[in-house]
Amino acid sequence: MDEISLAHYLTVAAILFTLGVFGIFLNRKNVIIIMMSIELMLLAVNINFVAFSVALNDLVGQVFAMFVLTVAAAEAAIGLAILVVYFRNRGTIEVEDIHMMKG
Amino acid sequence: MIFAAIMFYVFAAVTVASGVLVVSARNPVHSVLWLILAFFNSAGLFILLGAEFLAMILVIVYVGAVAVLFLFVVMMLDINFAELRSGFMRYLPIGALIGFVLLAELVLVFGHWVIAPGVGALGVAPVTAPAAAQAAPLTNTRALGNLLYTRYLFGFQTAGVILLVAMIGAIVLTLRERAGVRRQRISEQVGRSRAEAVAIVKVPLGGAVGEPVREPGE
Repeated sequence: MDEISLAHYLTVAAILFTLGVFGIFLNRKNVIIIMMSIELMLLAVNINFVAFSVALNDLVGQVFAMFVLTVAAAEAAIGLAILVVYFRNRGTIEVEDIHMMKG
Repeated sequence: MIFAAIMFYVFAAVTVASGVLVVSARNPVHSVLWLILAFFNSAGLFILLGAEFLAMILVIVYVGAVAVLFLFVVMMLDINFAELRSGFMRYLPIGALIGFVLLAELVLVFGHWVIAPGVGALGVAPVTAPAAAQAAPLTNTRALGNLLYTRYLFGFQTAGVILLVAMIGAIVLTLRERAGVRRQRISEQVGRSRAEAVAIVKVPLGGAVGEPVREPGE
């Protein structure tokens, strides 16, 4: 019980990832919460990366966790910028209303 | 050891609890604040794992930049969030079902996961240095830097380019030219010469100033 192993960290990451997926289903109309759920999933991936990096005694996992962090930051910035522009043009961010490019 | 275990359970429990509240909070501002709490506690988990540098990066990048960005956007957009939550209960069963299935799959995978013996020796960059080099043990930050600036230099540069593209993209997307805005144009002000700015009018004695040649400044 008092020995924390790889499995403990993987369990936390799995629960977090599932919460991210669950959040996307739960808040299907709100783009902002969906993006936050994606951030949660990326966080779970990062926990997996670091846990395996320590368990396998290889630093490369931490390097790649950093790359995931970079991509997450870029994605959040671009996504929120698109959201702001969309709201400025349409006055709504409901997912079901987003069909301007549907043709 | 028992202390580390207790800390792990505290950090893990708070992380998962705030994750639940992120997706279920009524107010998106509260969601963002719970997200920040989740990030802080994951940073604690990283520290327990011995990845101090990533823990600090997580706090700086996620809490300092991404979460604040979310907070600004949530507060900037004038949206009726109650209306956005209208389908919440309708999507709950299917979401719970899919979440449960996914979690079961992950548990099955992790439950039967076997790490091949001896795979630790195959690592490209060992976290713990071999016994010969233990005289001056590397810190996590230094070891990561050694790896990042040598073997993963191109990846590192690409990450920088991605961030640059994201930054420029965000600026280009959100920048807008408003019509009818009066701005100070310093270069024009400084570039004026005496000839075009001042008009000298000869006033005849006893007469009035006639039609000026030109309005100054127009």
